[in-house]
Amino acid sequence: MQIYLPIAEMSVNIFVLLGLGGGVGVLSGVFGVGGGFLMTPLLIFMGIPSAVAVATEANQIVASSVSGVLAHWRRGNVDLKMGSVLLVGGVLGSSFGVWLFTFLRELGQIDLVIKLSYVIFLSIIGILMLIESIKAMRKSKAAVKAKAHHHTWMHGLPFKMRFRKSRLYISALLPLIIGFFVGVLAAIMGVGGGFVMVPAMIYLLGMPTAVVVGTSLFQIIFVTANVTVLQSVNNQTVDVVLAMLLMIGGVIGAQIGAKLGSRMKGEQLRGLLALIVLGVCAKLSFDLMVTPEDLYSLGGAVGH
Amino acid sequence: MMAWRTLSIIFTLMISVILVPNAKAAEITVDLSDPVVQITAGFAGTELSVYGVAPGPGDVVVVVRGPIQDEIVRKKDKVMGVWVNKDEITLEDVPAFYVMASNRSLDEFLPGGIANIHQIGLENIQFHPAKGSAEIKDWDHFRHALLRNKQKQGLYKWDPQPLIFLGNRLFRTKINFPANVSVGTFGIEVYLVRKGKLAAFHTTLLNVRKFGIEASVYDFSHRHSFAYGILAVIIACFAGWAANAAFRKA
Repeated sequence: MQIYLPIAEMSVNIFVLLGLGGGVGVLSGVFGVGGGFLMTPLLIFMGIPSAVAVATEANQIVASSVSGVLAHWRRGNVDLKMGSVLLVGGVLGSSFGVWLFTFLRELGQIDLVIKLSYVIFLSIIGILMLIESIKAMRKSKAAVKAKAHHHTWMHGLPFKMRFRKSRLYISALLPLIIGFFVGVLAAIMGVGGGFVMVPAMIYLLGMPTAVVVGTSLFQIIFVTANVTVLQSVNNQTVDVVLAMLLMIGGVIGAQIGAKLGSRMKGEQLRGLLALIVLGVCAKLSFDLMVTPEDLYSLGGAVGH
Repeated sequence: MMAWRTLSIIFTLMISVILVPNAKAAEITVDLSDPVVQITAGFAGTELSVYGVAPGPGDVVVVVRGPIQDEIVRKKDKVMGVWVNKDEITLEDVPAFYVMASNRSLDEFLPGGIANIHQIGLENIQFHPAKGSAEIKDWDHFRHALLRNKQKQGLYKWDPQPLIFLGNRLFRTKINFPANVSVGTFGIEVYLVRKGKLAAFHTTLLNVRKFGIEASVYDFSHRHSFAYGILAVIIACFAGWAANAAFRKA
C-alpha cells in the first residue's frame, strides 16, 4: 500500500516504512541505543531527501526519548540539574546547527556534509565498538576497569556547580560545551547524539553510569524538539506523516528488542551492532567516492 | 467585363464575411477526463485522458506543460577522493513537467519553424541561465543535464506519447503523471498541423493540487511553520508517553 508523504513529496510503501521503523526499533531496543544514526542513513538510502530525513528523524527521536525517559524517571535515574545545564548547551548548539544546516543547504553542500559527518562518526563508533567487543569476547570475565576520577585541567575551569545526583562538583562550562557540541550534531545529522553524549558523560564528566542514560535522554528530548521546531521554521522539512509512521514502527520494535536483548549475550550483541554500523558507513563512503552515474544533479526548484 | 469583375469581388467578399465566423468556429474542441489532478494520501501517479475534435484534416500534437520554475543544476567534481557539488547554474523558465502526444512521428509533419516558435519538443524548450549564472560558458551541458535528469524523474519525455484518431476528427490520448509531479497550473496545448502550417491551436488549463489531509499538512507547514513545528513536537511527546503507558501495563 502506497502512501504519499506530503513534505518529502514522494510516494512510498507504508509497510516498508513501518518495517524500517520496527527494524531500527528492535535494534535500538536490543542495543539500548537511540537508533537515529541508523534510521537517518537508511531513509536517505530509500530516496528520502537528506534534509527531510534529518529533520523528520529529529521529530521521531522526541517520541522515543520521551518514552525512554519516563522509564528512567520512575527509577530516579535522571539528574535534572545536570540535564538542564546540558540542555542549555544543547539548545544553543542545535540552534547554531540548524542555522549552519540552512546555510549549507543554500550552498548546495548539505548532502555532502550530512554524509561526511556520518562516515566520520559511524567509522569511529563502529571501530571502537568492534575493538571493545572483541576484547570482551577474548576475556569474557575480566573486570571492567573503573575509570578513576583524575584531576585534570578540566577541574580548574570556573563556574563550578554541585550536581547532587551525579555526586560531582565541576565547572558548568564542561556540560555546557558538551551539550553544545552534541546539539550541533543533532541538528546536522538527525540524531539524538546519545552515542557521543553517553561516553562523554562517563569519561569526561565522570558521571555515575546509572544516571547517564536517563539524563542523556532527558536533554535529547529538548534538543530534538528544538531542532524539529527550527527545521520547520527555516526549511519546512519536517514530514509529520513520515515521522508518525516511523514512531509507530519504532515504538513496537523497541519493546520487542528490549525483550530479545535481555536473552542475548552482551559482547556478541555489541559486535553485531558494530558490524551494522560499519556496513552503513561503508555504503555511505562508497557512494561518496564512486563516480556518480550523472555528474550533474538538480538542486530543486526555486520558487518564483 | 468590368461589371462582371466587380460582381465577383463583391461575391468573394460576401462569402468571406459569411466564412469568417465559420473560420472562428473552426477551433479545436478539447476535454479532459478530469479537470483537476488530485494528489491525495494514496497518490501514486495517475493517468489523464485528453479528448478532442479537430476542425479539419491534419496532424495533432498535444503538449502538456507544467508550471514554469527556476531550477538549479549542479555539477560534481572530485575533491580529495570525494565527489562534491562545485559549479552550479540557475536556469529560468523551466517547465516542471513536459510531455507530448501526437498521432505520428513529429518529424514527419511538423516543420522546425513551428516547433521552435511554440517550443514543441524538449530540444526546443527555451531555458535561460539566470543573470548571476551567466559566467559559466558551457551552460549547454547544464541544459542537457536538466533534460536528462527530468527524464530520469519521469517528468519529461523525449518521444511523443501515442495519440489515436477515433474516426475522422475525434482524437484521444493518455498522459501519465508520476507520483513526484509538482503542483500548479498546467497548460494542455493542442496544435493542428495541416500541410506544414499551423491550422488551429487550443489551450486548456489543468490544475494539479494536493487534496485532503496531504494538502492541509503541506499548507500548514508552509504557512504556519512555527505552529507546525510545535505541533510536531506535541504529537511526538504524546506518542512517546502513550507508548510508555501502553507497554507498562502490558
